[in-house]
Amino acid sequence: MSAAAVKKRTFGVIAEFGSAAELYRAAERVRDQGYRFWDAHSPFPIHGLNEAMGLKKSHLLEYIPTSFLFPLIVRGKPVDFFTVPAFFPIMFELTILFAGFTAFFGVFVMNRLPRLHHPLFDHAPFARVTDHAVFIVIESGDPKFAEAGTSEFLEEIGGRGVTVLYESD
Amino acid sequence: MPRPAMVENNRSMHWITNLLAGIPERKAPLWWWVAIAVTGSFATFGVFCIIYLLWTGVGVWGNNLPMAWAWGITNFVFWIGIGHAGTLISAILFLCRQKWRTAVNRSAEAMTLFAVMCAAIFPAIQVGRIWMIWFVAPVPVPNWIWPNFRSPLLWDVFAVSTYFTVSFFFWYLGLVPDVATVRDRARGRVAKFCYGLLALGWRGGHRQWRHYEMSYLILAGISTPLVLSVHSTVSFDFATSLIPGWHTTIFPPYFVAGAIFGGFAMVLTLLISSRALFKLHDVITWNHIDVMCKITLLTGSMVGYSYCMEFFVAYYGADPFGRYIFLNRYFGPYWWVGYGMFIGNVLMPQLFWVRAFRRNVWTVYLVAMCANAGMWFERFAIIAVSLHRDFLPSSWQMYYPTWVDIFTFAGTIGLFLTLFLLFIRFLPTVAMSEVKSVLPEADPHHYEPLPAKIVAMEETQA
Repeated sequence: MSAAAVKKRTFGVIAEFGSAAELYRAAERVRDQGYRFWDAHSPFPIHGLNEAMGLKKSHLLEYIPTSFLFPLIVRGKPVDFFTVPAFFPIMFELTILFAGFTAFFGVFVMNRLPRLHHPLFDHAPFARVTDHAVFIVIESGDPKFAEAGTSEFLEEIGGRGVTVLYESD
Repeated sequence: MPRPAMVENNRSMHWITNLLAGIPERKAPLWWWVAIAVTGSFATFGVFCIIYLLWTGVGVWGNNLPMAWAWGITNFVFWIGIGHAGTLISAILFLCRQKWRTAVNRSAEAMTLFAVMCAAIFPAIQVGRIWMIWFVAPVPVPNWIWPNFRSPLLWDVFAVSTYFTVSFFFWYLGLVPDVATVRDRARGRVAKFCYGLLALGWRGGHRQWRHYEMSYLILAGISTPLVLSVHSTVSFDFATSLIPGWHTTIFPPYFVAGAIFGGFAMVLTLLISSRALFKLHDVITWNHIDVMCKITLLTGSMVGYSYCMEFFVAYYGADPFGRYIFLNRYFGPYWWVGYGMFIGNVLMPQLFWVRAFRRNVWTVYLVAMCANAGMWFERFAIIAVSLHRDFLPSSWQMYYPTWVDIFTFAGTIGLFLTLFLLFIRFLPTVAMSEVKSVLPEADPHHYEPLPAKIVAMEETQA
């Protein structure tokens, strides 16, 4: 890091792990230490990591029933009771359509995406996270974060290439 | 008995990335340029045919009365059916936790999108005055008249547009982590910028993955009833009318089975080709092709059952017009359409009872091509052959396609293949992140060390 970079606000500390299994063990240790603002990065979803990180199931599922109400407003009115079934196909398709909107846009809203840049992208080895590497990042906003202490902790639980990351301009 | 490995030859994650993300990074091979020149020419001539049609009028087609729906609607139903296998693979097999789908779902979903695009062209140009097509949109602007929400044709508009939208979401959501891989490996500025935009800043954090997986599950959950509803709705176009040969309650499941059958045939056609051309043999293995052949056999037999049941209902229904239309389908002037569909869709897939035929590239290709043709014959038999001899013998006519008919259809085949060629050239053809997740070392409880050779290789490459 250059002298100018050191003045920037610290984003967090990153460490690389050898495999999904190592990452899983390390994640349990980070969770047990009581860290909250941290994440484990991997090229594919690792099942079981929710528990290892102390996370609950995604809340996204709860958004569907709300979207089910929309189609009722969109459709026209039946002329008499017996034609009601003729409206079902469109109501059904719209139900699916709005549920699709919720599921698709919901995932990006909840993941705070899209964004053009992120401090992690400044860390060159991180480019391999979409290939085969796995990392743990503990953010500086975490109440337990201390630059030296957190770095030591990540090394202690088996992290390699532990690096302090800074916010981009 | 251990299950066969999803990826053969103990390939590592890095090997998979190199294989699949390497395709968009390399220069396009010569065969790709030749192929896209041919398909692109057909697509362009198809556009010319459409412009000629719109300029002159629907009279340039071979349609007549009683065959007001002939070639165009046949092609519409043919294409929309093809898309269904993509959604079956991506949604229904996902819910069934069929891990083998990871090798084929991406290109099958792309196939769905491109097939739906081709399908949507035909009803739009069949309306004749295409500048009035916005009448199907639910806006009450012209004289405060709403479209008729109780018409199956309008149901189709909603079903097909919802299908396209949700299929696109599904496909794109799956693409995001893989496009991020291409972004992270990209060297050129243009590639970095374009793939960077498409990847939306994906970082592969587990906090992102858990929402991603839930969203994927929801999309799979809603796509499952959706895919069953779309072809059912298409079949309502026919089933709710009174024409013999159309007016039958068996249509929704019959159409859905046929759609999945025809779609799987197209998936096999496309995958066997791209597997050979890009050397994807370790990722798309014989086990995958074997399972897809079994689904083809199953759905082909369901289609066969529907054909026989139609015949039985015509006999048992005691309607002379209904009986006549089914005899006419196999023994009338269009007998070759009837036999084409029966041989292509019911008899040829029976080869797949034999394991050796499911694992031979030529027999699989032959059956898939017969099914592709057979499904088109089926649509023509249902739509055009049922219409050409209706209740009024004085209006019976034969239908002959004009060159505009033929080249419009050839144009959509060209468009479909052009889009597919662009897709396999510029985007990851196989869902890398999903294939990696079914590798043994993706399991967080997997402690078996990798073979030393692979570890050494990965370290030098990394």
